[in-house]
Amino acid sequence: MEGQLAHIGAGIAGLGTGIAALGVGNVAANFLAGALRNPSAAASQTATLFIGIAFAEALGIFSFLVALLLMFAV
Amino acid sequence: MASNTTDAAGHAAEAASASGMPQLDFSSWGNQIFWLLITLVVIYFVLSRIALPRIAAVLAERQGTITNDIAAAEELKAKAVEAEEAYNKALVDAKAEAARIVAETKAEIQADLNAATEKADAEIAAKAAESEKAIAEIRAGALESIKDVANATTAELVSTLGGKAEDADVAKAVDAQMKG
Amino acid sequence: MASEAHGAEQGGLEFHPMDQFLVKPLFGGDHIGLFTITNVTLWMALAVIAVVAMMVVGTRRRAIIPSRGQSIGELAYGFIYKMVEDVAGKDAVKFFPYIMTLFMFIVMANFLGLLPMSFTTTSHFAVTIGLALLVFVTVTVVGFVKNGAAFLGLFWVSSAPLALRPILAIIEVISYFVRPVSHSIRLAGNVMAGHAVIKVFAGFAAIAVVSPVSIVAITAMYGLEVLVAFIQAYVFTILTCVYLKDALHPSH
Repeated sequence: MEGQLAHIGAGIAGLGTGIAALGVGNVAANFLAGALRNPSAAASQTATLFIGIAFAEALGIFSFLVALLLMFAV
Repeated sequence: MASNTTDAAGHAAEAASASGMPQLDFSSWGNQIFWLLITLVVIYFVLSRIALPRIAAVLAERQGTITNDIAAAEELKAKAVEAEEAYNKALVDAKAEAARIVAETKAEIQADLNAATEKADAEIAAKAAESEKAIAEIRAGALESIKDVANATTAELVSTLGGKAEDADVAKAVDAQMKG
Repeated sequence: MASEAHGAEQGGLEFHPMDQFLVKPLFGGDHIGLFTITNVTLWMALAVIAVVAMMVVGTRRRAIIPSRGQSIGELAYGFIYKMVEDVAGKDAVKFFPYIMTLFMFIVMANFLGLLPMSFTTTSHFAVTIGLALLVFVTVTVVGFVKNGAAFLGLFWVSSAPLALRPILAIIEVISYFVRPVSHSIRLAGNVMAGHAVIKVFAGFAAIAVVSPVSIVAITAMYGLEVLVAFIQAYVFTILTCVYLKDALHPSH
């Protein structure tokens, strides 16, 4: 029973990766919108873009990690 | 049965600790971190002692070569501009020289022409004078002969007509007659 | 019940998706001591060989007009050098070999991990936490050596209203100490997630009905993983540069 609950919890935690995907998409979309308004400044901001994506992605990875822990370690 | 399940559970636990999530198997962490440190130290020394100085040197050398080449190109360009200027100057000089020579030659020719013309004029004048003189002589000669003929004719006429012709009178008469 | 379910799951998949991350001694035996030569050692050594091949063997001719191998080495050099200079500032250039070491190791380990049957060293938290702690300790030490107590100004947001500053300071301190955690888990998590997903699809490939779909999915995931392998190395390096900038210029 407990193991099954853990699997359900893992599934719920897995939702977090999808929500993080929304965040990453939001970052990329806003970057693209800004870059199309001012293409000359876009090249200098790609580093910032990747940092932003990395921060958003990290939280999704955390929830993925929680899912993995629930699946295999608990 | 019970022992079986406990056995199975024990195996499962073993499997879980080994294959459940190997990342969380803390017994291997020391080993991994040890090898990681060795790897990083090796890479660090390879990079900082050999690779990075070498690449930096190559890049600097290339930058230097490019700078030198650009400088050389600039120099050549300056030389080309200089050469063009010299060429243009030579061209202008040559043109001026040519114009000068043309003018000189023209003047010379003009002078020659003038001299020749003058000479020709003088010659013509001399010839004309000579001719005039000759004509005058001829004319004088002709008058003299006419006078002689007239004198002779007159003397003959006079003698034929029975007169006694004195030469001096005849000459005087003829002169008077010829002067008309 | 639970063990039955577990057994059914084990039966459904031909192999466990986490098996690829097992640390195994190379020369027999079960015990993993501190100095045991394991597959970790092997793949780290291969990463070292790859770095040497790329950065030393590739550039051995020191040609003014570079060959292909030399261009790759120079490209990597220029890429990281520019990143350090742009993100961390000109005075961070003396940390360039250090950052280059991190980048080269991570990128090579990630790409070697993409080889079939290989072992991915950067998918292990031990390795990435080691790397992140190394960065954390370096940055903290450099910050205090360079700025002394003024380094603590990093946590005191002088542009905020005075009443808010203590609260912000607490938040800043927490975020500072969470840095190595997120720094390491981001890298290991990304790499591990991709590899595990590929293995899950590979497990489905044994079922005839879905195997074409799963093989296409493996191919697509593999393409994504190639991208992730580079981007995560890039992100790890650029975050190192950002932290280094904080250490060198702590004023907000």
